[in-house]
Order: sequence, then C-alpha cells, then structure tokens
Amino acid sequence: MIDISESVMQFLLAFIVVGPLIGAVAALLPAPPGLRGTGPDQAVLRHGVTVTGAILAAAIALVIGFDHDQPSKMQATTDISWIPALDVRIHLGVDGISLPLLVLTALLSFLCALYSYFKPPTGPSPKAFVALLLVLESGMLATFAVLDLVLFFLAFEMVLIPMYFLIARWGGEARQPAAWKFILYTLLGSVVMLLGLLLIGLQSGTFDMVALATDNGRGLTASTQVIAVLAIGIGLAVKTPMWPLHSWLPDAHTAAPTVGSVLLAGVLLKMGTYGFVRIVLPIAPEGMQTFAPYLAAFAVAGIVYGSLACLALAKQGAAGDLKRLIAYSSVGHMGFVLLGIATMTPTGVNGALFANVAHGLITGLLFFLVGALKDRYGTADLDTLAGAAGAALYGRAPRLGGLLAFAAVASLGLPGLAGFWGEMLALFGAFDPAPGLNRPAFLVFMVIGGFGTLLTAAYLLIVVRRVCMGTPPPEDRRSGAPAAIPDVRTYELVTWSPLVALTVLAGLWPAVLLGLTDPAVQKLLAGGKS
Amino acid sequence: MITAIRSAAETMNGAAAQEAATDGALSPAVAPGAVSLADASGGAGLVQSVDWLAIAPPTITAVVGLILLVADLFVPEKRKGLLGYGAVAGLTVAIISLVPLLGEDRTTFCLTTDTTACSYTADAFALSIQLLVLGGALLTALLSLHRTRDELPAGEYWFLLLSSTAGAALLPASRDLATLIVALEVASLPAFALVGMRRGDRLSSESALKFFLSSVTATAVTLLGVSFVYATTGSLHLTRIAANLGDVSGQLETLARTGVALTLIGFAFKTAAVPFHFWVPDTYVGAPLPIAAFLSVIGKAVGFSGLVLVTVIAFPGYADVWGPAIAVLAALTMTAGNAAALRQSASRDWSAVRLLAWSSVAQAGYILVPIAAAAYAGADQIGSTVAYALMYAVVNLGAFAVVTVVSRTSPRNRLSDYRGLWYTRPLTALTLGFFLLCLAGLPPGIIGLFAKVTVFSSAVDAGLGWLAVVMGVNVVIALYYYLKWTAILFQAPGTADAGAESAGAESGGVAVSGAGTLVRTPVAVTTAIALTAAVGVLLSGYPQLVLRFAATSLF
Repeated sequence: MIDISESVMQFLLAFIVVGPLIGAVAALLPAPPGLRGTGPDQAVLRHGVTVTGAILAAAIALVIGFDHDQPSKMQATTDISWIPALDVRIHLGVDGISLPLLVLTALLSFLCALYSYFKPPTGPSPKAFVALLLVLESGMLATFAVLDLVLFFLAFEMVLIPMYFLIARWGGEARQPAAWKFILYTLLGSVVMLLGLLLIGLQSGTFDMVALATDNGRGLTASTQVIAVLAIGIGLAVKTPMWPLHSWLPDAHTAAPTVGSVLLAGVLLKMGTYGFVRIVLPIAPEGMQTFAPYLAAFAVAGIVYGSLACLALAKQGAAGDLKRLIAYSSVGHMGFVLLGIATMTPTGVNGALFANVAHGLITGLLFFLVGALKDRYGTADLDTLAGAAGAALYGRAPRLGGLLAFAAVASLGLPGLAGFWGEMLALFGAFDPAPGLNRPAFLVFMVIGGFGTLLTAAYLLIVVRRVCMGTPPPEDRRSGAPAAIPDVRTYELVTWSPLVALTVLAGLWPAVLLGLTDPAVQKLLAGGKS
Repeated sequence: MITAIRSAAETMNGAAAQEAATDGALSPAVAPGAVSLADASGGAGLVQSVDWLAIAPPTITAVVGLILLVADLFVPEKRKGLLGYGAVAGLTVAIISLVPLLGEDRTTFCLTTDTTACSYTADAFALSIQLLVLGGALLTALLSLHRTRDELPAGEYWFLLLSSTAGAALLPASRDLATLIVALEVASLPAFALVGMRRGDRLSSESALKFFLSSVTATAVTLLGVSFVYATTGSLHLTRIAANLGDVSGQLETLARTGVALTLIGFAFKTAAVPFHFWVPDTYVGAPLPIAAFLSVIGKAVGFSGLVLVTVIAFPGYADVWGPAIAVLAALTMTAGNAAALRQSASRDWSAVRLLAWSSVAQAGYILVPIAAAAYAGADQIGSTVAYALMYAVVNLGAFAVVTVVSRTSPRNRLSDYRGLWYTRPLTALTLGFFLLCLAGLPPGIIGLFAKVTVFSSAVDAGLGWLAVVMGVNVVIALYYYLKWTAILFQAPGTADAGAESAGAESGGVAVSGAGTLVRTPVAVTTAIALTAAVGVLLSGYPQLVLRFAATSLF
C-alpha cells in the first residue's frame, strides 16, 4: 500500500524474527533504572508487553509495506550464507501465504503478553515466564519467515523447550506428564521430519525452499519424493495434529496455562499445516499425489473423531473439561485444513490457509474465554460449572456469556464469521480434487466432512446451552457457587476485542485474506510459474 | 611399567627406522631417500631428518610431563601448586604449536625407499583431533588444579595426565600399526593409574583394576589382529596395507578378514562401544572427577580416531566387512547407552556422574555413525565424526566442570542435588542447562543440533536409512533424561514437584542445605566453565567453525 524501501522491509522482517530473542535475554537481566516500575515482576511483565508490542508494530508495518499487487512474490528477502558446510543460508522472506500467519502470531503473542500483564500467571517468577514467551514467539515467527529447510527445522524445534517449560512450570493439574507427552511426541515427529528434509536436500543439492519450489520436484525421483513426503508428513502431522497422532494435544491443552493454550492452538498447530503447504506441496508434488488420498482420509476421520469426542465430553455427567473439549475441537478443525491441503487444488489450499487463520483467531478467543471462566469458577469442568440447571452465564455475566456464544458460533462455522469460509472452501476443493486424484473417494470424504460440520454444530450448541443458559439461582447458598460472578473486565475486553473484530472482518470480507493467499497458492501449485 | 612404555614411545623413532630398514631390504632397488642425511655415511639412508615442527604437539606435551615429574622432586611441598600451572602452560604451548602446521600436510618418519609411506602425518584430520585432545587436556588440567593441592599427589598426577595426553595426541597422526598401538598404549596405561589415584579409596582401586583388565584384554586381541594383518600384507604402514590387502592370496583371505575384525576390537573398546562398554560407569564413578571428564572426551577421541585410521585408511577394501559391523555397533551403542542412562534414579549416589557416563556411551554411538557411513559413501563422511566430536568435547567437558562445582557442596553428587541450582547459582545453572541441551541437540543448543544434523545427513547420504531412524529414536530418548536434569535445575528448592519426587524426604534436607551454603568455586574451574560456555555459544552462533570439517576431505 505504502512504498517502503526494500532495505527497510528487510530490516523489519529480520527484526521480527530476532527482536523477541534479544528481548528474552533482556528479560533475564535486571531492569535498568527508570524502568523498574512498582516491582521486578511488574517490570518484567511490562517488558514483555513492550517487546511483543514492538514486534506487532513491525509486523503491521510489514503489511503496510507489502506489495499487495504481487503477493506471490517473495518480499523483504534476506539471503546470507550462514553455514557453508551444510549449505545453510539465512534466507528470510514473506509472501501471501506466510504474511497472514506472521501477523496472526505477532498479534496473539502481544495479546498473551498483555493478558499476562494484568493477570500474572500463577507459578514461579514471571521473569522466566516472559523470557520463555519471547523465545517461543521468536521460534514461531521464524518458522513462518524462513525459506531454508534446515532453518525451518531449527525454528520448528525452537518452540519445543519454551513450550515445555510453560506447561511444566505454569500449568495446571497433571502438567508434568502432559508436558513430557507434548515434547517427546513432537520431537519424535520432527526428527523423522529432519530425515525427510535431509533426503530432499541431499538429493537435490540445495536446502533453499524457493529454489526447490521452483524446481517443483523435477530434481527428485518419484521414490525419493514418496519417502520424503512420508517422513516430513509424519513430522508435520504430529504437530498439526492429524487424527491418529493427536493424543498429545488434549493433555497439553488441559494442563497448559491460558496463554500457553492460546499460543499452542493459535500458532503452534499452524506450523504443521504451513509446512505442508510450503514444503510438501511444491517441493515433492509426486510424493504428495501418492499420499493425498490417505491424508484426506485421516483428515475426515479426525473431523468426525474430534466432533464425537467433543460430543461425549459435552454430555451431562461426562465430567468433560472445557479446555479438553476445545482441544478435541481443534483436532476436528485441523482436519478441515488437512482435507483442503490434500485436495491439491487452489480452492482447497486457499480454504486450508483461510481456515488456519480463522482457527487461530477463534480458538485463541475460546481459550481466553475458558481461561477466564476457569479463573472465576476455579474449574473448567463442565459438570461442576453447569450443574443440573446450566451455568446461566447469560444471567450472571451477560457479556462473558455473549462472547462465549459468539466464539462458539464462529467456531461451528456460521456464515458471516471467519470459521465459515475455510471449511466451505476445503469441502469445495474436495468436490473437485486435482487431476490424478480419485474423485469418488474425495466425494465421500466431502460428504463425511460435511457431516462433521453438523456434529461440530451439535456439540458447540450443547456447550452454549449448558454454560450460557439456565436460570440463575437467586440466592444459591446450597451449592456454594457465587450467585453473581464478575463480568468481562476492561483488560479482558481490550485483549479479546481485536480477535472478535478480526473474526467478523474475515467473515464478512474474506477477500482480505484470499486476495493475499490465492496468487501465492496458484504459483506454488503451478511449480513456481505464476 | 609406565616409564617403560614411556621410553618405548620415545624410542619409537628407532622402531620406525628399523622397519624402514626391513622394508628397504625387501625391495630390490634401494633408492636413497630425498630427506636422507645419511648418504654421506654410506648407509642406505637409515638416518633421516625429523620434521620437529610436525611432531611438536605430542612431543612438547611429553617433554613437559617428564620435566614436571623431575621437578616434583625439587619443588618444596608448599609450592607444588606451581606444577599444575606448568602443566597448563605446557598444554597451551602445545596447542599454539598446532598453528604453524595449518594448511599443509606435513609428513615425517617416512620410508627412505618409499617416501609416500610415512609413520607420522600432520594432516587436517590429525590436527583437528590433536586440537580436541590438547584442548580437552587443558580443560581437565584447569578442573584438577585445586584437587592436586589437597588430595592427589601433584607430581605423579601431572606426569601421568600429560603422558596420556601425549599418547592421545600422537595417535591421530600415526600412520603405521606399530605406532598406532604404541600411541594407544601410551594413552591408556597412564589412564589406569589416574583412575586408581584416589589414595585409600576402595572404589577407586577397584575401578582402576576393572578398567585395566578389560583394556589389556582388548589390546591383546588387537595385537593378534595386527599380527594377522602383518602376516598377510607384509607391511605395517596403513597405506601399504590398503594396497596389499587387495591382492591377498586365496588361502590367506580368512586370516586377513580375521585380522581386520580383531584389530577393530581394541579401538571399539576405547570408544566404549557396546559390548565393550561395561567398564565405563564404574570407572567414571571411581575415578577423580576431572579424570572421568578426561576419559569421556580424550579416551573416546583415542578410540574413534584409531578406528577411523584403521578402517578408512588401512582397510578400505574391506568396507563390506567393517561397514555393517560398525553400523550395528553404533546402533547398539547408542541404544544401550541411552537405555541405561534413562534408568538412573535421581536419588542414587553418584547418579549425576553415572548419567554422564552412560550418556557418553550413547554419544559414542552417534560418533560411530559417520564412520559406518564412510564404508558406503567414501572417506569424506569422517568430517561429520570430527565435527560431532569437537562439539561433544566442548559441551561434555563443560558439563563435567559444572558437576565439579556442585560436587564441592554435595559430595554424593546425586541428580537431586542439582535441584534449585538456578536459585543459588543462576549462571552456573544456565550454562549447565545450555550444555545439556547441546548434548540433547535442541535449541538453544544450536551447535548440538547442527552436529546431529551432519551426522544424520551422513547416514542418509550413505543410504543407511535404518541407522538414521534408530538414531532419531535415540535422540528422543536422550532428550528425556537431559531435559529432566535441566528441569531439575530450575525447580524451586523447597517444593516437591513431580519431576524429582524421588529426591525424597530422607535426603531432601541435606540437598537443600548443601546447595544453600555457598562454597567458593576455584578460579580455574570457573575459567573452565566460562571457556566452554563461551566456545559453545560462539559455535552456536557460527557453527561453520566446526562444521567445515564435515564438508571437506580431511586426509
């Protein structure tokens, strides 16, 4: 929109990746005079807000400077040799595919820091918390900004340690096993992924994603592609998570602190699907062609499985944890994303990228809301919350109830909100998959996926009914539950409103996102030729 | 006995010259060597000039060791500390003496008849391993300065340490089997004495005996193998063996194969590869801590560099024999090491050292992977081994340095003693966390990650997919115990958390009071930690420094 010189753009992107790291180191040092605030804890939490805020500002500046007429072109690129021995280059750049995810990450990180500033995490010193949050942010942003396979792997791994500690130190019940499950599961996946990446790099002689994407798999034999896609696919599928490999997710989400859950669902899962779009689709199309039907089958299995698990959790007497429920719903939503990718059509992949961003916004909001609910009630257990008559949030805290209902409705894919377009486009893509894929099979997948949307609607409406509706007990002395609970506080409103606004915006004006992603996707699928 | 071996090493020149004579006598045309000084005396070039600069690194180390042994007799009891500084200075000089050798391959002790067959070669491989050995010895010396003041006898200690280092530095440069075996023994024999040095400690003498007996058996087997190889090829020079092994007559084929296999065993033992690894944990626990650190790095360097020399240079024609064998050995070694490390309970005495001991067995497995890959994809893969070993040396010595610090306040050295280290010594805790994550190969230990990536890539390059997958699973297993230890560092000292529940009520109080009272850390140990941490961070920012070995041919 505004012409910003290329060198400034380069600096902005490099700053977005490195800035949080510097901030993390600074967070460990004592605060300089003048920035001490009311105490060391407050000072360091404020430091977190400042740094993430600066990164968000840089990301917005990047959007403004981004040449929206050429979203398929890599922009703000930096390409420096780092380790000549391994042919690893510090190659950064953004295009229409990575830009939305970059901004989403910066936004969610900032909101998380802001939320923690007003509501410090319960656990050991916030100093380490802020430092870990910033390292996490750096790793997430780097994943979307790097264009080198080995660097991508490095960024992919960088988020593990901070997330482990966030869950293990600031988490809720059973946090240790959950944190272990998270890190061992994803590490096993990413080691397998590394083998696939190395296979590609060694066979084709370069680790550069742009060069490999332009090559479109021409330099790789079909068998290499099949093995590489299998290996990389397993690593990414664990992260996404794809249905049979998802079992770390519910535990990690249930145990993680609110901020951890928001980033886990909002960004970390996207790293898996982004990898599919950025690496697997353009670099090894033949291998992807082989596995696409299986991927789609697992994806729809995930959609149905996730929804059924949520239905079971939402049932009365099932003692379902709300955070766990949303985690399972993520499995379902990411199923749509994977289905879209598996179609290998521009429609499907655009839908997948759209659903990615939408899921980040909506599920981020849902986790914030459930976190707030848990703070107020001391539990996220649906049965304890709702009792027999319902939690009656509309009556006791109308704004909170309204927001929860809004997020639930957005999550089930109501037209006009962000959740709708991605799922619809993914199903559209499955209706007419890429030539060479088995169309009848994909039609079946589409039908099952469509059925999954129904199930999704069912459990989310049950949740809304049990949590938001019901008669508020006038003077409920017997159950001991507070009759009135504090409604949405100002800082909560400030943190959540950007997510609400963007959900509505993306729902009403999907061209904002699709205009960015479509040209880039067209180019990726066409093998580097736009 | 040790002195005898020492003198054997010193008279090695003689042995090489003798062999030159026999080889010369065998060949019909005795060409006067280009470097011969003895032409004037009328002999067929029995005396030759020695490239003193090339052999300076091991020689300086050996000479300084001898000087310290003699000086010990004259230095008064109060001034014994000076000996330690002498050793540090000597090792520093030896490291500096590597600098002029950079860039070109220098050879010496060549056959006068065939100047391509040399006993000593200072090429890129030799220099990088010498840097590893001498640097490791320097760090070991820094770690042991304070111990020689009170518990360990200074003169003997420094002499033995430097002798062993000299042998280890000679080994990567030696290019004939006799020198190789002599170097191996010069490196090993002082090590037995060093392990048993804690006077009046039963554990110490027991572990020394265990180490000695198993090592001597392995050496005997190697010698048998060497004699078989010599019998079939008629030469001890590695390059000539390689040439002659190709046309061994059919009858001797089996003998040659047996010889190759037996020769490898001794070096596999030194690397502590499975099934020759049982001595490791007991020996590490019984030895003084700096010696455990020394064995974990220099002992392994001796083993794998010997293995590299015999496999890649002497037996390339038999790659189909040793390639699969080393691949299987590597897989077994990493799996066994990790499985045992996983089982260390946090509250057992010496569990920290035991964990490092077993993890070093596992790391030896990773180091072996590129050697196995070299059987399939050529000698260039060895660079990955060197790069990985350099990373491992820095990081593992750093971890041992921190263990030394903690063992001063809690002599039982359990993993649970590390609880809350972050609250008493934040910087030490951070560096140990960094070292452990480097060993695990996860960011922020970027150099550890990339070293593993090169090893993986050598396996993938050689088509050893199954080995890469086994290694991948092992990396995940190893992460579990490394990260568990890291997590213990940052746990609040008081609260009982699930991570270290086994710290238990019985010992918890002791650990807290142990960590609570700060004992001053000796300056030398602090220097060692700072040095390793600085190198680790530098390498993480600029991995090319060690990874460049992975991309070039070293021989």
